[in-house]
Amino acid sequence: MKTAASLLAAEGANPLIPHDFELIVGIFSFFVVVLVVGKILTPRIQKTLAERTDAIEGGIKRAEEAQAEAQALQKRYSEQLEEARRDAARLREEAREQAAQIKAELREEAQAEARRLVEAAHAQIEADRQAAFAQLRTEIGRLSTELAGRIVGESLEDEVRQSRIVDRFLDELEASPQAVR
Amino acid sequence: MIALTVLAPPEDQFKAPTPDELFNSFTPIIPGVDWFTKPVLLALFSSVLVIGVCWAAFANPKIVPRGIQNVVEYGYMFVRDQVARPFLGKDADRWMGLLVSIFFLVLVWNLLGVFPVLQFPVAAHIAFPIVLAGTIYILKVYLGIKHQGAIGYFKNMMFPPGLPKFIYVLLAPIEFLSNLIIAPFTHAVRLFANMFAGHMLLAFFSMVGFWFLFEKLTPLGAGVGVVGVIMTIILTAFEMFIQYLQAFLFALLAAMYIGGSLHPDH
Repeated sequence: MKTAASLLAAEGANPLIPHDFELIVGIFSFFVVVLVVGKILTPRIQKTLAERTDAIEGGIKRAEEAQAEAQALQKRYSEQLEEARRDAARLREEAREQAAQIKAELREEAQAEARRLVEAAHAQIEADRQAAFAQLRTEIGRLSTELAGRIVGESLEDEVRQSRIVDRFLDELEASPQAVR
Repeated sequence: MIALTVLAPPEDQFKAPTPDELFNSFTPIIPGVDWFTKPVLLALFSSVLVIGVCWAAFANPKIVPRGIQNVVEYGYMFVRDQVARPFLGKDADRWMGLLVSIFFLVLVWNLLGVFPVLQFPVAAHIAFPIVLAGTIYILKVYLGIKHQGAIGYFKNMMFPPGLPKFIYVLLAPIEFLSNLIIAPFTHAVRLFANMFAGHMLLAFFSMVGFWFLFEKLTPLGAGVGVVGVIMTIILTAFEMFIQYLQAFLFALLAAMYIGGSLHPDH
């Protein structure tokens, strides 16, 4: 290695031979840069870059979470809406069925009532008829015997005979088509 | 022969600048302090500049970058994604400090070659590339022995498995030579020679322009001078590309050597 002075003096110095003072300055300047930029500043920017990545990824993650939450909420709401619709439809159906049932029951009851009334009326009529007929039968018998007694002049007071005659008369009467009724 | 002779030549003929004039004719800036020459000043200035710019950018970094942090962060990301990660994988972050220092420092060294007034690429003096390449070389061997063992390191280097036996007779010395002697040499010389040659080219064409347009303006020579100026402009742009490329390549090789020592089988 040569000194600067001898290099200045030398003609055609080999450019591949390093100057020793430049080596020292080079080592010094390189290691200062490595110390400051490499050891002090690089960790700082690495930390910042990591934080930035975290912030971006965190932001994306948060957005995804919010979106998932919104979707879950929407799903729940639509499910609830669907359920409410189903409930309403079910209730409507039930009400309709109940109404129909009530109507049918009422109709049934009314018909039964009507039938009962008609039957009662029929029974009443029949009873009245029977009563009237019975009364009429005794009345007619008495009147007829009395009438016949007057005509014949013969007492028909004898009960047995009287009733026999009346019965015969009435049987004849019933046999004829236009009798009584 | 010193620089002044170029401007005042003994005869009226154009003389191309010689390497000695360009690279070995620096006088001490402060008379009497022999070691303090222009390359030394520029090397110190480069360190100050790199530290200053990086400090402004990264001293108090923000999650949302502003201003200079954006620019330097871009450089950092470039080194991380193009240099560190391809060769170091998950170890990239551990070595980013060294690689980013190397890249920025070499880039500034180189770019000073075209910076007006300063105009000298620091790496064109081989001492500076030697410091970086030597550091990487020592680190490479140290890491190799540390991670693979002293025997393992040389075995992996010289006897990669899966080859026919007789090949090793040839391969082992070649691998030894290329990894331990040629690699650090070319690592330093590649950067040095590129800067050296680039500086010579620029100096030559600017000298052509200066000579034929200002020193000896003649009707015939003017055309040559114009060509010289145009070539200087074009080559300055080209040289800037080379300067960036060499900084990138230097950091890339450093990452490759470190990665090779950490993981022998790649």
